[in-house]
Amino acid sequence: MGGHVLLIEDEPNIIEAIRFILSREGWRVHTHSDGRSAVDVVRERAPDVLILDVMLPGRSGYDILRDLRGDPATAGLKVLMLTARGQNRDREMAEQVGVNMFMTKPFSNAEVLEAVRTLSAP
Amino acid sequence: MARDTLTGSRIRERRIALGLRQAALAQAVGISASYLNLIEHNRRRIGGKLLVAIAQRLGVEPALLSEGAGAALIASLREAASDLPQAGAELDRIDEFAGRFPGWAQLLAQSRTRIAALERSVDALTDRLTHDPHLAASLHEMLSTVTAIRSSASILAEPGEVDPEWQARFHRNIYEDSARLADTSRALVAYLEADETTETATGTPQEELDALQDRIGHRVAELEDGAAPVEVAARLGAALTPLAQQMLRAWLDRYAADAAALPAAALRRAVAAQGLDPGRLSQALGCDPAQVMRRLAALPDADVPQAVGLAICDASGALTFRKPLPEFPMPRFGAACPLWPLYQALSRPHVILAQALSAAGRQGGPFRAYAVALPCGLPETGCEPRYQAHMLVTGPADTGALPVAELGVSCRICPRRDCPARREPTILAGTA
Repeated sequence: MGGHVLLIEDEPNIIEAIRFILSREGWRVHTHSDGRSAVDVVRERAPDVLILDVMLPGRSGYDILRDLRGDPATAGLKVLMLTARGQNRDREMAEQVGVNMFMTKPFSNAEVLEAVRTLSAP
Repeated sequence: MARDTLTGSRIRERRIALGLRQAALAQAVGISASYLNLIEHNRRRIGGKLLVAIAQRLGVEPALLSEGAGAALIASLREAASDLPQAGAELDRIDEFAGRFPGWAQLLAQSRTRIAALERSVDALTDRLTHDPHLAASLHEMLSTVTAIRSSASILAEPGEVDPEWQARFHRNIYEDSARLADTSRALVAYLEADETTETATGTPQEELDALQDRIGHRVAELEDGAAPVEVAARLGAALTPLAQQMLRAWLDRYAADAAALPAAALRRAVAAQGLDPGRLSQALGCDPAQVMRRLAALPDADVPQAVGLAICDASGALTFRKPLPEFPMPRFGAACPLWPLYQALSRPHVILAQALSAAGRQGGPFRAYAVALPCGLPETGCEPRYQAHMLVTGPADTGALPVAELGVSCRICPRRDCPARREPTILAGTA
């Protein structure tokens, strides 16, 4: 197992836990916490899988993903979106902007690992 | 009009509810259809054997026709039936039910009002859960913290090597996150409890304001005497929610400005000379007709020759003020009859429309209605005006040669057959 995951999330202890479990499984993990510069960081890091929180300082995950889908260089990026809101319209919004998977907090480590494995599968 | 002079209207209402043609009823009781027509429009008094015969043919007690049940009570019962049409309430016997069992009818009407208020509270709370930014931020914070605790705890509890330094770090994270969760929970409970003490559960701010205006009779005596709106707002609005207090203040500000521009004494003198036509009063007093209508609606009943009702709507048609008449109700919730001249006025701004009308399937009337749509405030360069429409209803009134249009309150409880403006089916028996 291996590959590159970029985690964009503003909750430090969630970042630490996800980074730990993914690193333990052989993933290379980079993290970022600010919504405003998120698109630039994704372009620079070019990850295999992006884990993206919806509510970020400065910019929402929906807007970030919309920009990524509009850029040919990142349009095909595999994205797992994390949110504390699990209502149907949040899921619909995520689907509209082109999310690959959607996960509602509180999720388990096993669910995150499984999602990343699925998204990185060829 | 006194209750016993509305016997004809009650006969008409009952006959229509039974689907009985006027000519058939007239023939059954041995009078001409034209004479029955006069009776039904309260232009001939009726009593004695003829009343008994008509009551017998209509299947009701004579007293029910001569005395009737309260219009407001009947309207409430109709609304209760419209909430649950599948229950099969016998709408054609609603007057009889209210007349024979007034206590039970009152209980049913009040229960319906309470249920409606509770339903609106649920809607308001649902809206709040969805849109309250503080609540949303608190819940997001709690869920994020729970997620962090769960992830850290899983790492420590599940099989797999975790070196001592990482173990210590995750223990510390769990400790910090649990403290943060406790703080967030406490703050959320405090927020909800504090809100509970100020929030009344009567529905939307507009409904709170409507209820207050009903309670004070749509008249504020202190403002007539020049009191400051801020003081009156503090007294009247103490029990309202903050948003309803804002709306109350806006209403009181306009009321005070109207009262200063058009004092009650001057208006009374003008009404004595000109009658209740807002166009003529506007000319005589030099005020805009919408202001005249608002001032007429604020006069005590004793100061006007006929009862005065008033409805105001914004350009979307939403009612923002309602002062109904006993025999011309106005819907408390939802949309009114689209045939009301109030709505026609919105498509013909600045024109004062006048119409004779009666409330379909109801007693009383006929009424005279005047409606006008005017821009709010002064014009601004480059800005489209925002229109507001006013409709003054007076009556019972002599409508002269004007044809009387039959209008409803709202489609669901309107008995008019084949109405071209019908928005939804009626729930009344025997009607399309």
